[in-house]
Amino acid sequence: MTTLFIVLFVGAILAGFLGSLTGLGGGVVLVPLLTLGFGIDIRYAIGTSLISVIATSSGAASAFLKDGLLNIRIGMFLEIATTLGAIAGAAIAYYAPTHIIAIIFGFVLLYSAAVSFRKSKMAEDLHDQGKVKHGRFAQLLKAKGTFTDKTGGEVDYKLQHVGGGLAVMTVAGVLSGLLGIGSGALKVIAMDSIMKIPFKVSTATSNFMIGVTAAASAGIYFSRGYIDPVLSMPVMIGVLVGSLLGARILLKSQTKSIRVLFAVVIVFLAIEMIYNGILKSI
Amino acid sequence: MQKQRVDSGDRQMQNFLGSILRIGVLTSAFVVVAGAILYFMQHHSEAMDYTVFKSEPTRLRHVHTIVAEAMQLRSRAVIQFGLLILIATPVARVFFSLIGFILEKDKIYIVITSIVLCILCLSLFSGYLVF
Repeated sequence: MTTLFIVLFVGAILAGFLGSLTGLGGGVVLVPLLTLGFGIDIRYAIGTSLISVIATSSGAASAFLKDGLLNIRIGMFLEIATTLGAIAGAAIAYYAPTHIIAIIFGFVLLYSAAVSFRKSKMAEDLHDQGKVKHGRFAQLLKAKGTFTDKTGGEVDYKLQHVGGGLAVMTVAGVLSGLLGIGSGALKVIAMDSIMKIPFKVSTATSNFMIGVTAAASAGIYFSRGYIDPVLSMPVMIGVLVGSLLGARILLKSQTKSIRVLFAVVIVFLAIEMIYNGILKSI
Repeated sequence: MQKQRVDSGDRQMQNFLGSILRIGVLTSAFVVVAGAILYFMQHHSEAMDYTVFKSEPTRLRHVHTIVAEAMQLRSRAVIQFGLLILIATPVARVFFSLIGFILEKDKIYIVITSIVLCILCLSLFSGYLVF
């Protein structure tokens, strides 16, 4: 069992590293790793993944907070949607057969991969502020902000389509609670593509929100006995170490090439999950 | 639209929330590692099998039994206790955000943050409810 412990630990470091570097969270690699790689029941895998998702998010978010990139207010507002979604997702997970969960997981992975490819093209885009319509709802929420860019200049931004953002955030919460992932990709889409929040702010705020979202469903998984202490310990510590390394590098460098590599790995894992789900071997 | 700077109050709050998250994660990691060491001392030859799902025993699912067993240094309960600290960390972050918004007298965000906190508590105490 010591061997399994060490292999799990190393795998978790890698998952955490890639997860925080890409903003997608460790879960997207972790659940396939545990189920396909180790034959662990998907319910244990999801419970363990949720735990490590909280560790990843909280570890990385403390670095982002120092950087002043994230928007606490808009994050808090959107967390209403993600936490409600997460509770719904955890409730669905209780009734859904495991092979169906595996198939849904596969499709979400494919989607994450597509997003990673797309993001590698537009990661540095700043939305044209003249075109952002600052709606009444956004004004009421005082939803705007300032961040300091690479050159040290301060950039102001506004945002739009708060309702659309909320809707996508609810879906992100459901998927997080159902699959044990952070749903970082969807959260970034809601903020970046729909609400027109600058990409770096979206990524940082998404990372910040993932922990709260995962905590909402983790409480339910915990009390249902889906979270095993012996399995969780190497995974949680490994993911934490990996994510702290990833966050360091993210703040310093472009992550384009890693995104593309990550997307290829994810496509492969997605096909495996769907295939095993259809065969009902998961 | 007038320019709005990140005022010093918000900056202070961000630093404070960052500390909360860091302290929570580090404490949790410390307790989990301590539990892991205890586990290897207590169960060194036990095989792990997670290929078949069987729910955790009730004593490792409820806060009060976990705390009671962790006090007796039973390794699994110590690890679960560490994991509970981790789950509580984002909740603490939301709680201290609420305090921050109360100090800033930001009414809209006091309401928003209270809603998030209620949803989280509903989940955390779901083990004690019929769910």
